[in-house]
Amino acid sequence: AENELSWETPCTELLVYVSTPGCDGFPSLDSKENYKLSVSKGSMLLSAETIWGALRGLETFSQLVGRDENGTYYINETEIVDFPRFPHRGLLLDTSRHYLPLRAILETLDVMAYNKFNVFHWHIVDDPSFPYESSTFPELSKQGAFNAMTHVYTASDVRTVIEYARLRGIRVIAEFDTPGHTLSWGPGAPGLLTPCYMGTAPSGAYGPINPIVNSTYQFVTSLFKEVSTVFPDFFLHLGGDEVDFTCWKSNPEIRAFMVEMGFGEDYKKLESFYIQRLLNIVSSLDKGYIVWQEVFDNDVKLRPDTIIHVWKENNMQYLNEMANVTRAGYRALLSAPWYLNRISYGQDWIAAYKVEPLSFEGSPEQKALVIGGEACMWGEYVDVTNLTPRLW
Amino acid sequence: GLETFSQLVHEDDYGSFLVNESEINDFPRFAHRGVLLDTSRHYLPLKTILTNLDAMAFNKFNVLHWHIVDDQSFPYQSIYFPELSEKGAYSSNLIYTPTDVQLVIEYARLRGIRVIPEFDTPGHTQSWGKGQKDLLTPCYNGGQPTGSFGPVNPVWNTTYDFMTKFFKEISSVFPDEFIHLGGDEVDFSCWKSNPEVEEFMKKQGFGIDFAKLESYYVQNILDIVSSYNKGQMVWQEVFDHKAQLKPDTVVQVWMANNYARELSSVTGAGLTAVLSAPWYLDYISYGQDWKKYYSVEPLKFPGSEKQKKLVIGGEACLWGEFVDATNLTPRLWPRASAVGERLWSSSNVTNLQDAYRRLTNHRCRML
Repeated sequence: AENELSWETPCTELLVYVSTPGCDGFPSLDSKENYKLSVSKGSMLLSAETIWGALRGLETFSQLVGRDENGTYYINETEIVDFPRFPHRGLLLDTSRHYLPLRAILETLDVMAYNKFNVFHWHIVDDPSFPYESSTFPELSKQGAFNAMTHVYTASDVRTVIEYARLRGIRVIAEFDTPGHTLSWGPGAPGLLTPCYMGTAPSGAYGPINPIVNSTYQFVTSLFKEVSTVFPDFFLHLGGDEVDFTCWKSNPEIRAFMVEMGFGEDYKKLESFYIQRLLNIVSSLDKGYIVWQEVFDNDVKLRPDTIIHVWKENNMQYLNEMANVTRAGYRALLSAPWYLNRISYGQDWIAAYKVEPLSFEGSPEQKALVIGGEACMWGEYVDVTNLTPRLW
Repeated sequence: GLETFSQLVHEDDYGSFLVNESEINDFPRFAHRGVLLDTSRHYLPLKTILTNLDAMAFNKFNVLHWHIVDDQSFPYQSIYFPELSEKGAYSSNLIYTPTDVQLVIEYARLRGIRVIPEFDTPGHTQSWGKGQKDLLTPCYNGGQPTGSFGPVNPVWNTTYDFMTKFFKEISSVFPDEFIHLGGDEVDFSCWKSNPEVEEFMKKQGFGIDFAKLESYYVQNILDIVSSYNKGQMVWQEVFDHKAQLKPDTVVQVWMANNYARELSSVTGAGLTAVLSAPWYLDYISYGQDWKKYYSVEPLKFPGSEKQKKLVIGGEACLWGEFVDATNLTPRLWPRASAVGERLWSSSNVTNLQDAYRRLTNHRCRML
């Protein structure tokens, strides 16, 4: 009949050609994810420079295959040349506010792959809990996890996540956020956190990591030495956000240190003092680092290849921050308008979609410093019972 | 009591089950404690509905208000009018057969939950027009039909013939004494445009007051349903637009703006009221919104003791525009638990810290 589709010779295989051999490595910020997809009569060809590009092309290919009412799979003739606009396309999961079982993380990695995300930002520990099982400091999770038997990530779990991600072309960037957001570190590392004072006596409460004692830097060196080996990506996220100075201010030894160092009343200088030492430690471990925007805002001395993570959102102020960060020559990651944990009624995907990361005043060189962004799913109100429908 | 008992039993560290000595004398504050599910904006598979009946039982809810059809789709498979779902459902497998409906009713019954179906008319009926020709009002523009349709046509006799037969079926399919007849958000513009309706308005002496036409329609439906010995629930507009209601009609107050005043009016007119306005759980927002649902005091409105007795309860509503089987359960629970407690417990059970402690435990229990 005239209006029937004319089926061409059935295609039975997709030829995949990758010009740079090797499937055993890890994806990186510089990985090329370009691919070409060619579907024509009797031949289907996917070609890419790297395996990572091939993965992206396979995802696209899987989306192009349709099925008709008779159950026959079909695909339209097509010529695609595709490549990402931004090289860092990430998703943050928070496994400290609520523990997320392995299957939730792995399922998320699957859906990330469907959406061509290529960075899993694992905000693994924070104030409420420390689920990361450290081989150097086993007490950290023993004392700091919600439950040291059931709510931890063993070394094997972590390896599973890293490999599962790698097979999908997804980098795993771990965040060990300091010096704030570290309450759960305290029980397993006595002497690490600053004892807060009420008048002349300790109140029993603790604050951020104590920046004035040498033991802190010994601890941090050992921990990050381990973390650097466990997580193969070049970058580590070092946090540095929301440091509350009240506890430091209350501690007489710290006040004395401030005087000694000539910091006056400017506790940002003390924060910088800690962060700079931390950055040096991590550099010496041959890792690059990403930090939250406060580290930049508070004038910490940063290596030029530091990546600044812009997260504060207040009436589109984040665009100013993006301009400032890039004007100062640093690379920037955008998350501020993409805090997906902040749910609201209706089609809020539209607001997220409308964001234009480069809509700030700046030169083309500045704009080139924006390497991408991350959707964040903070865990205060999220666990395995509601993560997937909330995120996707 | 069995539900409470199940909550009192706990396990010790060795796995032994324990229950403390206890003397409990319990009863609900309000008799009508409902959850509204919307199976028209998105079809909900049976499994989802049944899971939610379980969750309702955990929270001592006793009414499932099944908003089963609406503009978007008509999944209810009617025996007398099979074309309604044949043409009006999203697809042939996204329907509720008579067996499905009986399953829901029985599953609910075994949990002490009434099923009150809502067949909302004359508005919210776009999907009815697909399978029932000449039911909806044809809209006009410049003297010509535009091809689109508005609410149910109130001027044709055939409308009432249809409704008589349709509600005969509904009355026998659903055993509860009450049927919800809807009556909300009727858009008058299509009626205004239609010359037959215009003619009818003149004949009836309604002038340009379309609320009178709406009331005329609603009263006819109420009479039809009464003749089947069913009580009626309606949305507040039916009352607001001054339809003549039977004294035992239940008015569901849903408009958030000044709902306390509406409760005063409804009960002041001697009618029973069910409160939903502060409990639209489809309106999600960031953070612990359960607190604001918990803090509602249904009887906080100006009125006499007699009036307050006319508030028989409330319903947490989960409208389906952005809800389907993939996200319903975590969206509805445990937020609806706050409403459940408000409707069962005494008015002095209001402490948020205490509620938080119990709610977090209860949530784990429900999981």
